[in-house]
Order: sequence, then structure tokens, then C-alpha cells
Amino acid sequence: MTDDLLSNCRPILGRVTDLLAVETSAGSADAVAGVRITPVDAVGLEQRAALLCTRSIKTSSKAAALDLAIRVMDLTTLEGADTPERVEALCTRARHPDAADWSVPPVAAVCVYPELVPVAAKELADSPVAVARVAGGFPAGLAPLDTRLAEIAWAVAAGADEVDIVLNRSAFLSGRYQKAYDEIAAAKQACGSAHLKVILETGELGSYDQIRQASMLAMVAGADFIKTSTGKIGTSATPAVALCMAEAIRDMAEQTGRAVGLKLAGGIRTAKQAWHYLVIVGETLGSGWLTPERFRLGASSLLNDVLMQRAKLLDGRYQRREDFSVD
Amino acid sequence: MSDRLVVNKTYKQFIGGAFERSESGRSYPVAGAGGELLANAVQGSRKDVRDAVAAARSAQAGWAGRTAYNRGQILYRVAEVMESRRDEFSAEVARAGDGCSYEAAAQETAAAIDRWVWYAGWADKFSTVLGGANPVAGPYFNLSVPEPVGVVGMVAPDEPPLLPLVSRLAPVIVSGNTAVVLASERCPLVAITLAETLALSDVPSGVVNILTGHRNELVPPLAGHVAVDSLDLTGCDAELAADAARQAAATITRVVSASAAERQWADESAQSPYLIDAFCETKTVWHPKGR
Repeated sequence: MTDDLLSNCRPILGRVTDLLAVETSAGSADAVAGVRITPVDAVGLEQRAALLCTRSIKTSSKAAALDLAIRVMDLTTLEGADTPERVEALCTRARHPDAADWSVPPVAAVCVYPELVPVAAKELADSPVAVARVAGGFPAGLAPLDTRLAEIAWAVAAGADEVDIVLNRSAFLSGRYQKAYDEIAAAKQACGSAHLKVILETGELGSYDQIRQASMLAMVAGADFIKTSTGKIGTSATPAVALCMAEAIRDMAEQTGRAVGLKLAGGIRTAKQAWHYLVIVGETLGSGWLTPERFRLGASSLLNDVLMQRAKLLDGRYQRREDFSVD
Repeated sequence: MSDRLVVNKTYKQFIGGAFERSESGRSYPVAGAGGELLANAVQGSRKDVRDAVAAARSAQAGWAGRTAYNRGQILYRVAEVMESRRDEFSAEVARAGDGCSYEAAAQETAAAIDRWVWYAGWADKFSTVLGGANPVAGPYFNLSVPEPVGVVGMVAPDEPPLLPLVSRLAPVIVSGNTAVVLASERCPLVAITLAETLALSDVPSGVVNILTGHRNELVPPLAGHVAVDSLDLTGCDAELAADAARQAAATITRVVSASAAERQWADESAQSPYLIDAFCETKTVWHPKGR
């Protein structure tokens, strides 16, 4: 099993390394010359991730962690049933997550489908909350490249501050790394000044080695953030995947000095999960990454649980889920 | 035959259909009538209360959504399963707390089983007795229907260990409520054996959750929990009951306690359809009927 894995990985690792070497010799890639991609120790990774999730957090730190979790949250709605009214309501929540308590900080961004960007941009015009949108043939990333790039450019023009695209897994998994790389680089160009987040959809990549390679590829290609999942498939962010990507970001920063952000999304529903991820990121990347500029939690139902735990800390009573917003 | 090693049962809490130790990892010794150690029981914590309430909450809609007939069948099934373990229950009751003769314990066990049967029969009848069509002037039907309040937090009396627990629990769940029960602090073991029969009787996971531990520690978080809709404080002393009632008032939780007549556990006065009503909310609807 181990032998199989290694013999399968070596040529792939070689190819990615070659790719990085080729690309890095051309222009913008100077800064990333010599990036190494080492194999991942899957057992050690999972063990360390599990260990970090057992960290006990005391009450005062808990309060700070809950506020931080809100400040780094990308409040997301990506459903076919999204209406302008629904997005308006979401934007109101984004500015003041708890209508009864304005001491709760605003979230980092609201993440919506392209069509609804103008609505969100209008609602959030005079607020610190950014507008993020998914683009590039979300969630599969298999629309024609021209269409995807046009979609990105349109959204940026419509007021999106951040763009979430998906890695072309079809190209990546079949070994066409150059194609996957070129598409991200082209998307970065289409983004202009907007931040580019690249979704790896880790649940479809198959192994931690592949996740690490995809992370490196996306970062070298120009991603400002790398993101775990679309939230549209069963398997999404897990502690081990978060740790794997955080380590890739750390290695990238150590080797090139470039700080790339991390966004975790999909399946994060409870405040407890949120602060486990804060611990993983804090321990791996340092407190410099615990800011909305470098770390995000993409979620839709997480905010309710965080508000509920916050109320519990302030009030001392266990709260009732029904007392918090439905959406 | 060689001497066997003793195989003792670990009495664990019953939360969401599973038998679990406390999140806190603690336990406390339970003494029998002669002061001898019967077993170590789980010493639950406020986080166990939180987990149990969450389990009760998520089970409630499904339990209330079943037909009354089905709930009645399930309560009768509890009686059936207890009946097949009568000897075990009687032996446990006899050595719990101050202890009693085996005959007295067998009597208590039989009364507890009969109580399940009694309330099982009420399952599809109480709404007719407690609700019904109200006479109104005008071309309307006016119907009142008792509906379960939701999650009920219960503090079981200390002694006797079995019959009071069943007498208070059966009327709570028969209407579609779910329960978080704090078992007798002094005699918690029989309650856990009861939980084993509930687990085998098609009672869905989370409908009854039984915690063991110290009242002073567990009652305040249970009484203050916003998701608890009603409290039965029958097992609390005056001071603890007053404190719990204050906590309950802050979250508008209904507080119930057994009357003196209801505390005659072996008597018929301990069972009544009005006890089912105590944990119900009456919904009244108007419906046009024409002339």
C-alpha cells in the first residue's frame, strides 16, 4: 500500500515540480522559484489535526474566539432559490449579525452567485463588509474558459471585491497541470484588483498529497486565497485538510515570502468546529494569519451557532436554537 | 468448575439513545441499605445536561408526530419488557436506598409496570377527554386540542427508586413530550436499568434521557436552559425548588410539582389524565361550518 502510494506519487511530484520550475522562470514567478513539494505523512497529519482539536479553550479566550470567528466569516448563500430580498436580508445580518446586540462585529464578506452581486454591493456600499462571489463555472469549473473569464470580469465590474473560482479538477486529476495553472493565472488577470480565491474541492482530490500539490499549484498561479470546498459535495473541510493546506501556505511563505490566505468552507456548522480551525491555523501559521485578510470561514449556518454560544457566555444559560434567525 | 471473575455492570447515563459516561469523566459511589458499595454511578455535569436537552429537542417533533395509537403501543411495550425483567427490578429495588423486603420491592415493580399499562391506554383517549368541541354561538366549530409542551426537565424523587419515577415519566411522554430526567441522587441504579428497558422498547432515541449525579449541580443548568419548556420539580427540596423556579421564570418555563395525593405513589391518586394535561398546552381553533 505504502509502496504503491510512493511509486504513484513520485512521477506526479516530479511533474508538478517541473511545472513549477518552468513557470517560475518566467516573469512574475521569480518570487516563487525553487518551491519544493514534499510528500505528506497522512497518519501524522491526521494525528496532529486531531490533537489540535482537543485543545481546551477557557472562557475569556472563548469569547475572543467567537468574535474572531464572526470577523473572519464569509456569510454564504449559494442556492437556486436565492432572491434579491433574501440577499438583502443576508447583507443586513452581515453588518449586524445580532439585531439585538450591536456590539457583535460585522462579518468579513457576503458570498453570493454572480447575478446577485449588484444587490449585495448596493446593500453593503458603506460598510466594512466585502462582497464575494463565486464565478468560473461554479461549482464544477468545467464551462468554457472564455465564458468563465467573462463571468469574472463582469462580476468585478458589478462591484465584487473578492472572487471565488474553482480549480479545474478535471485537468488537475488527469495530470494536465499546465492547463489548470494557466486557467488560474488567466482568472487572476481577469480579477484585476479583486482578491482571487481558488477552491480546490479537496473532497474530490483523493489524497493529502494531491491536496498539497493543488495548493502549491494554485498559490504559484497567483491565488490570493486557497479554499477547501464548494460545499456542494458530501466531503468538505476537515481538520486534517485544513492543516494540510495551512502547512502548504506556511512552506510557501517560508520559501518565497509570499503570504497566501486560507479559506475553509463546507460542513462548518458549530462554534466548536470554528475554534478548532482557529487553533489549527494559529498553531501552524501564527497569529498573523488570524485576520480577515488572511483567513476566512465560509459558512451559512455557522453564524447562528456562534451567536448562540456568545449569548450563552454572556447570559450563563444554555440557549434555544429556535430563538436565532432561520437563515 | 473454577471460580469466575465477577462481571459487574457499569451504570451509565442514557443520552440520545446511547449509554454514556459523563463528559466530565466523574463518578460517585452509591451505597446500599447496609452502607455497602453497590456500584459507582456516573456523576453528570452541566454539559451532559446540555447534550441531553439537545437530544430531547431533536427527538421531540418526531415523537409528537407519531400517532397516539403508536405511542400507546410503545408505552405498553415498555411494560412488557419490564415484566420480563421483574425479578431483576425487584432485586435492585430491594437493595437500593434504605432497602426493603423482596416482597415489597416486587410489589413496587408490579405497580410500576401497571402504571405504564395505565398510561398506554390513555394515549389515544386523553385528547378527547381533555379537549373536544366547545359550544359557541355562530356558524363555527370551535375545537380545543391538548398538545405537548415540548421538552420537559424532570427531577425524580429520591425514594422509592422506581415507582415515583415511572409515575411522573409516563404521563409526560405519552402526549408527545420528550424528557430529560435527573434520576434519584441516592438510588440512581434502578433508573438506569429502566433506561435499558426503554432502549429495548421501541422508544425512539432521545425521547427519554436519564442523567445521574448531584442535584445541586444539575438542577440549575436544567432549570435555566432556554430550550426546556416545562419542569417537574417533584424531587427537589424546598430551597432547590425555589431556586429552580426563579431560573425557570426568567425563561418562562412552566413549573409543575406533585401534590400530596399524587405522592401516595402506590395509590390510584398518583395516576390521572390531569397529569398528562399538566404537560400539555391547549390549542383552540375556530373553523367555519356553514349553517
